[in-house]
Amino acid sequence: MEIVNFAHGEFLMVAMYVAFFAWALAGLDPLLALPLAVAALAALGWATYHGLIRWVLGGPMLAQIFATFGLAVFLRAGAQFLWGVDFRVVQDPWLGGRVALGPVFVGLPQLAASAAALVAFLGLWRFLARTETGVALQATAQDRQAAALMGIDTDRMYALGWALGSACVGVAGALLAMYFYVFPDVGGTFALIAYVTVALGGFGNVPATLVAGVVVGLVEVFAGLLLAPAIKYAVVFLLYLAVVLARPQGLFGRW
Amino acid sequence: MRRALLLALLAAALAFPAAVTLPFPRHVLIMIFLYGSLAVAWNILAGYCGQISLGHAAFFGVGAYTSTLLVARAGLSPWVGMAAGAALAVLFSQAIAFPVFRLRGHYFAIATIAVGEIVQTLVINWDWAGGARGVFVPIKRPDSLWNFQFHESKALYYYVALGLLLLGLGVTRWLERSRHGYYFRAVREDQDAAASLGVNVAREKHRAIAVSAALTALGGTFYAQYIFFIDPESVLPLSLSILICLVAVLGGVGTLWGPVVGAAVLVPLSEYTRVWLGGTGKALDLVIYGALIMLISVLQPAGLVGLARHLRRGTRA
Repeated sequence: MEIVNFAHGEFLMVAMYVAFFAWALAGLDPLLALPLAVAALAALGWATYHGLIRWVLGGPMLAQIFATFGLAVFLRAGAQFLWGVDFRVVQDPWLGGRVALGPVFVGLPQLAASAAALVAFLGLWRFLARTETGVALQATAQDRQAAALMGIDTDRMYALGWALGSACVGVAGALLAMYFYVFPDVGGTFALIAYVTVALGGFGNVPATLVAGVVVGLVEVFAGLLLAPAIKYAVVFLLYLAVVLARPQGLFGRW
Repeated sequence: MRRALLLALLAAALAFPAAVTLPFPRHVLIMIFLYGSLAVAWNILAGYCGQISLGHAAFFGVGAYTSTLLVARAGLSPWVGMAAGAALAVLFSQAIAFPVFRLRGHYFAIATIAVGEIVQTLVINWDWAGGARGVFVPIKRPDSLWNFQFHESKALYYYVALGLLLLGLGVTRWLERSRHGYYFRAVREDQDAAASLGVNVAREKHRAIAVSAALTALGGTFYAQYIFFIDPESVLPLSLSILICLVAVLGGVGTLWGPVVGAAVLVPLSEYTRVWLGGTGKALDLVIYGALIMLISVLQPAGLVGLARHLRRGTRA
């Protein structure tokens, strides 16, 4: 959509808090809280579009960057204000322990999260490629004015795009809450990895993002194993800069 | 009229340490000058050339670390370190310019965040440079200008910080009138149009980031000599990069005085809220900033300076 949500990581943080509080207050397992997190985040995305993004779409680029940036600072500091800086953990989720896949041991929550992420990926891909609304969404992303001339309600499409993207973050947040600490700054690193992954694959290209995600994951693991765990993200970012030098549009991007 | 006002302001700034000897107001003004000069430096690249960098802490850190390591490990004067830091920051900026300037707009901003994170991660794991524990600037007594250490009074720090700010403003003023300043603004408005009119876009961007990086690194050295301790968490974090832009955005991006106005509003706000709300760890000040940034970007993307211009035009019409 030619607009980057710099509050992406903070959306993830909100989703994780939704999952955490569903567990802490109502005793719901993160798996049960998943629809709740998805609904909450879709609402958040929709509200962000209508309350903020709409008003800066036609404005200067700087305003677009800082609008979501301000939202990120606001959400992060707001979480710290309301809930403090403590690390919180969901104890004894349904899925725990590990399973053996041949000679490899994998944590069960991680495995479930990967599977769910793949399902979400396939769902999103099929929605974008096969349904009329999905195609309209892509058209709006490609050329807003041309899409409007074809009778597409671009305003609705933008709102849908924001709700849909945020709902995906809701899926990720609920799953991540099963095995990761919840705290106000949790989103930072994940969001940066997410931007780099998408940029690596090429913007607006769902399957390329999946491939780039696998590449980033492998680089991260091997850099941690062969060099030092502490610098694995630095290696991922260096790889990204190297790719950008040769292909600014990403590995599979077209523009 | 305008010139008289500026001269009066400058005279007041020069006379301030003589009039006020309390350390805290002096500290607030020093911080205004420091953040003002950083925002002025950022503004040259972002405001005039249109390249929104979110990784300026990397240049700040290069300045702080270069001078501090030269003082602590080689016993050189911080002034030598300051020059070396600025030179190193320029070299570094030219190296990263190749990949990051392949990108535009939002994607450029993301790439600069990645650069900042790389530098911070590497320094954290670099034991010779103090690693995550940081480095102390060795204390030397008595006060001396050569050692750039003033323990008795903040007055000299005050003048050095003011000098940095004036240097940044001078460079910006000169750029505004020079050929390159016009090239920068042409690149900002429409890169393709500028290129088609014969502006060497890549070279102008490299120039802009070099000037911006050098000025930012000077501020880094000043910070190290003022605080006497640096670590990756204080001189290289993303939050510092954000703060630098925030100061400029609040005041008015792409204007000469915007960054100074932003610093004059934001720094006292944060210093005093820290004193009032300090220690609660509640981050209420950041909640307010966040809301403020959103409001500014929606209602008045030109910042306070833009708002003032708007109001003045309104009263005239």
